[in-house]
Amino acid sequence: MEAPSWAPPPVDVVGKPTLSETPLLELRGITKSFGSVQALTDVDFEVRDGEVMALVGDNGAGKSTLIKCIAGIHTADHGEISFDGQPVHIHGPKDSAKLGIEVVYQDLALCDNLDVVQNMYLGRELRDWLFRLKEAPMEQRTAETLKSLAVTTIRSIRQPVASLSGGQRQSVAVAKAVQWNSRLVILDEPTAALGVAQTEQVLALVKRLAERGLAVVLISHNLHDIFEVATRITVLRLGRDIGVYEREKTTQQEVVQAITAGVPTKVSGIPEPAGATP
Amino acid sequence: MTEAQVEIVGQDAPTAAVEEEAPRSLVGRAIDNVRTGNLGILPIVIGLAIIIVFFSFKATNFFTANNFNNIVIQLAGTCMLAFGVVFVLLLGEIDLSIGYLSGLAAVAVAELQLPGTGQDAPFSWIAPVNGLLAIVIAVAIAGALGAAQGTIVAKIGVPSFVVTLAGLLIFQGVILQILEVRGTILIQDHWINDTAYYYFSKEAGWIIAAIVSGLYAAFAIVHVLAQRRAGLAVRAPYMLLAKVVGLAIACFGVVAICNHATVPRGLPLAGVLVIIFLVVLTYVAKRTTFGRHVYAVGGNAEAARRAGINVARIRILVFVISGAMAGVGGIILAANVNSVDLNVGGGTLLLNAIAAAVIGGVSLFGGRGEVRGALLGSLVIVTVSNGLNTAGYKAGVIYVITGIILLLAVTLDTVARRLQVRSGR
Repeated sequence: MEAPSWAPPPVDVVGKPTLSETPLLELRGITKSFGSVQALTDVDFEVRDGEVMALVGDNGAGKSTLIKCIAGIHTADHGEISFDGQPVHIHGPKDSAKLGIEVVYQDLALCDNLDVVQNMYLGRELRDWLFRLKEAPMEQRTAETLKSLAVTTIRSIRQPVASLSGGQRQSVAVAKAVQWNSRLVILDEPTAALGVAQTEQVLALVKRLAERGLAVVLISHNLHDIFEVATRITVLRLGRDIGVYEREKTTQQEVVQAITAGVPTKVSGIPEPAGATP
Repeated sequence: MTEAQVEIVGQDAPTAAVEEEAPRSLVGRAIDNVRTGNLGILPIVIGLAIIIVFFSFKATNFFTANNFNNIVIQLAGTCMLAFGVVFVLLLGEIDLSIGYLSGLAAVAVAELQLPGTGQDAPFSWIAPVNGLLAIVIAVAIAGALGAAQGTIVAKIGVPSFVVTLAGLLIFQGVILQILEVRGTILIQDHWINDTAYYYFSKEAGWIIAAIVSGLYAAFAIVHVLAQRRAGLAVRAPYMLLAKVVGLAIACFGVVAICNHATVPRGLPLAGVLVIIFLVVLTYVAKRTTFGRHVYAVGGNAEAARRAGINVARIRILVFVISGAMAGVGGIILAANVNSVDLNVGGGTLLLNAIAAAVIGGVSLFGGRGEVRGALLGSLVIVTVSNGLNTAGYKAGVIYVITGIILLLAVTLDTVARRLQVRSGR
């Protein structure tokens, strides 16, 4: 069988890939305003292959706007975006999907009345010349993708998503995002509505994505979760980026301070982005 | 439906509390389903059986081959409309215009076949046309009107209830306007009348039964082979076998009953048309990307939109299906009385069609239900009214009983859903 376009990305869990040198996605000086409201002011942001970059900030800090600029739902007023070292222009969701950027929205990703396989292939169903759905390969691929992500608690992939737990639903949504050869997965509050055990389940999945070499952006209000999985943490406050913190060299207290008070303490050991404000 | 277990390779998932369940027997699974409120078509089939047994004792000439053929003819028109209603309800929309839309299609077909057209007829420049062509044009008109309504719903965002309520009034007005002077148009074209009055010969009936059951068996085999090739488990193989055998028995049984009838002898074409549309529309709903997207939009329109589905296009196409099926049903209903008059498309037709789909288990809130539900639901409605008629009751009683059945069906469905929620499914 030739390698079909729907093949999942190669599974590479052997050994931890080291962080690559150049960022996969790099945003420089992003500015966005809605009328008189300045949502983002000169924001720098980057994420590398194989890392979990957390994006934190209080309500209204500009997290969603920044994500929407990456996803192509909004277009930035000023600023440069480069992907894989190449400058790119993202003008719509299709542009970002073409680059391999997938966004998992908090609660808008799945159709409850459809089963797991149907949701995984929603909008990209495999079909033959009669518009007939090719159920068998879709089911097979879904099982393989879930298996490769070690999503193990779903009993049947032919049960409606409505019957799954919150953690399982989130796992399906994430699996749906990563099965299309995506390189950057953005998770918007993936653990917001979950219990303790299910949160663990989703966080374990997030770690595995990074281990596979994908770049992951994680938006969350829960610092405990972030300190469990993130490699680095970008803090936004009132539409400006306060700084990038390396998880292993910072404390929750420091991050909280940055979120609430906006103390611009760049942590040593992180290369200062060129042209960043001192 | 708890098959195709995902292979378990528990890595470090902390909640790998996987309950490995032994594959359950058919009976065990059925009990499971009933306990968790996943009733399927079971209640409606039981209900139908009770209705049939009841009227068989109540009315002497109810349980006869002749009356079976009557029921099929009475069923066909409403059932066609109900097929369209299923798609609209799957989206979580409603189409109130189908009653008079079917009437409009009937008027169109009557005008088109009219020999020696009068001055005031809308199709005088083209009529008379061949009956088959007339049917195609009438269905196309109904589909186009459905498309117009669907476009207003999907593109502008006016609620479908309002758009199709306006459609109901407008189409009724157009019918009254066209038929105002003449009152009634007789339909003499044999193609059109055949949709309600053609009966297959005994031999043709047997051949049709053989073809239908043969095709179903062939598709079942193809399905099994495809699953095998993909290395997937065949879901409930015995169930599949039972379905193939059951369908064959049902086909030959129906033909046997029809052939046994004396007054209209043989298998009615209308019944075959119902089955053809049932198969085609079930295929569209369950086996094509379009059908999958209809369920998706009905389940979560925003998720569907974000998955790249053109939601507006799906909505418009569904209203086209609804309109076209109303057209087909309207023509059969008109053929049934060989004419159209000022009441065409009115009365309880619209509400019966919607009730049929709802009794058949199609949710009013979208995303849940199947095409076959429309057939089962209209079978219930038509059997009840036929039975009450045969037993000598008046129209009032028929309405009351139909209403009670509708209420029972929806209540049962609501209770079943609550059970589903409680059992965490």
